[in-house]
Amino acid sequence: MTSLAKQLARDWFGGLGRGTLLCREIVVSLVRVKPVWRDVLYQMYFIGVKSQTVVIITGMFTGMVLCAQTYFQFHRVKMDSLTLAVVSVSMGSELGPVLTGLMVAGRVGAAIAAQIGTMRVTEQIDALRTLAAHPVDYLVVPRFLGLFLTMPLLTVESIALGIAAAYVVASFLLGVNQADAWHQMMRHTDDIDMLTGVIKTFVFGGVIAVVACYKGLSCPQGAEGVGHATTEAVVYSSITILISNFFLTMILNTLLR
Amino acid sequence: MMIEVRNLKKSFGALRVLDGVDFSIEKGEAVTIIGVSGGGKSILLKLLIGLITPNAGEIHIEGQNIAGMNERQLLQVRRKFGMLFQSAALFDSLSVEENVGFLLRREGRTAAAEISRRVGEVLELVGLEGTQKKMPAELSGGMRKRVGLARAVVYRPEIVLYDEPTTGLDPIAADSIDQLIIRVVETFNVTSVAVTHDMRSARRISRRILMLHQGRIYADQTPDEIFKSVDPVIHRFVNGIAEPIGKESLI
Repeated sequence: MTSLAKQLARDWFGGLGRGTLLCREIVVSLVRVKPVWRDVLYQMYFIGVKSQTVVIITGMFTGMVLCAQTYFQFHRVKMDSLTLAVVSVSMGSELGPVLTGLMVAGRVGAAIAAQIGTMRVTEQIDALRTLAAHPVDYLVVPRFLGLFLTMPLLTVESIALGIAAAYVVASFLLGVNQADAWHQMMRHTDDIDMLTGVIKTFVFGGVIAVVACYKGLSCPQGAEGVGHATTEAVVYSSITILISNFFLTMILNTLLR
Repeated sequence: MMIEVRNLKKSFGALRVLDGVDFSIEKGEAVTIIGVSGGGKSILLKLLIGLITPNAGEIHIEGQNIAGMNERQLLQVRRKFGMLFQSAALFDSLSVEENVGFLLRREGRTAAAEISRRVGEVLELVGLEGTQKKMPAELSGGMRKRVGLARAVVYRPEIVLYDEPTTGLDPIAADSIDQLIIRVVETFNVTSVAVTHDMRSARRISRRILMLHQGRIYADQTPDEIFKSVDPVIHRFVNGIAEPIGKESLI
């Protein structure tokens, strides 16, 4: 049992160390090597355009259900007009960034880990290195920049759609006074709520890129290894997003308010 | 001296794969490393190009010791190498033309038209003219190896490494790969290091054969000397004679 615990601790700290080295290598690459913007643009297309369905559905239905639940509670105490304000603040600072992050981790993180993992087990990564191309420059940095730049756009889209869907539900389904609800929403939503949400998305984008690329690059041999790396990429990036979200909320609220 | 290896050691956990390997290869030489499967031949090849880091020893490429270099320093040294992988390792998302011209395009120093011309030239050399637009998935095993060879030589490296170049190919395809390797050595005057357990291929493509046995260089001779050797280890390997299996073992 003790040896198992030691082994687990060694694996965990080993992974953390190698992940940190990958982060350092990404920074070195960003400083020293000019990114290939065509590759970055392709990644932005792959991440942004191809994630539209999940982002739209997630944003809209989260806004709609949040609106309905808030209304049902607030209606009892005659606070219907504050429904949209709750939706706006929640979507802007917490639900929008976190749910978009989790959905992108599931779709894009898995794809990145599978692509790079397959390249590793079929010796394509070694072939890259023999052709004088650093895997971090060629594979990791375009994906990192793609996620870093696209995540805020996807999140803002998700937040906007969530609020719009909530507005429709509140106005046309639940009978909330439109002008009143809109006025209360504008009154109670700070710029800082939205800014907090957007800052978080840069971190979440970076987390997904680093975890997925690391899992792909350290993928064990064989088809089972690729499957394992893909699963771990999604699980670890999702967990990291949820944990880091709490600390980011605390830090950003302390710094910005 | 083009390649000089001194007291090279490599272990994976408790398994010692290379246990003090020493040899040197001169510029323009064609050398083949033979040995049993799992004996560390491919590991030795990957050590030469810095894909794996040794536990101890020195690897000098044109006098420069690469054993302690980091990945970014190694990128500069690897420009001198071309490598044909056992599985060809073509980038499956890129076409044949993009695979072959990968390094030239990435360096950004050569005009697109010139890259296209050189890719066409080298594809003609390996007998695959007109396949530029094909994807790797559309190619047979032999064709993939030819494309891999074209990719390894298009930028005129000084050293070309071949990892099991004929493994998994039918005898005719294997023979054509052997011919191509000989043609590449003659055309580009490169130093060639191949790893194989295909003795027919080893005899054809090399002027010197190194035999790796129990983690060390056991023999360093010409192909003729190797084939005529009466040393029991070499003789058994060259003629494919396994150790006799006793009745007890069979039971």
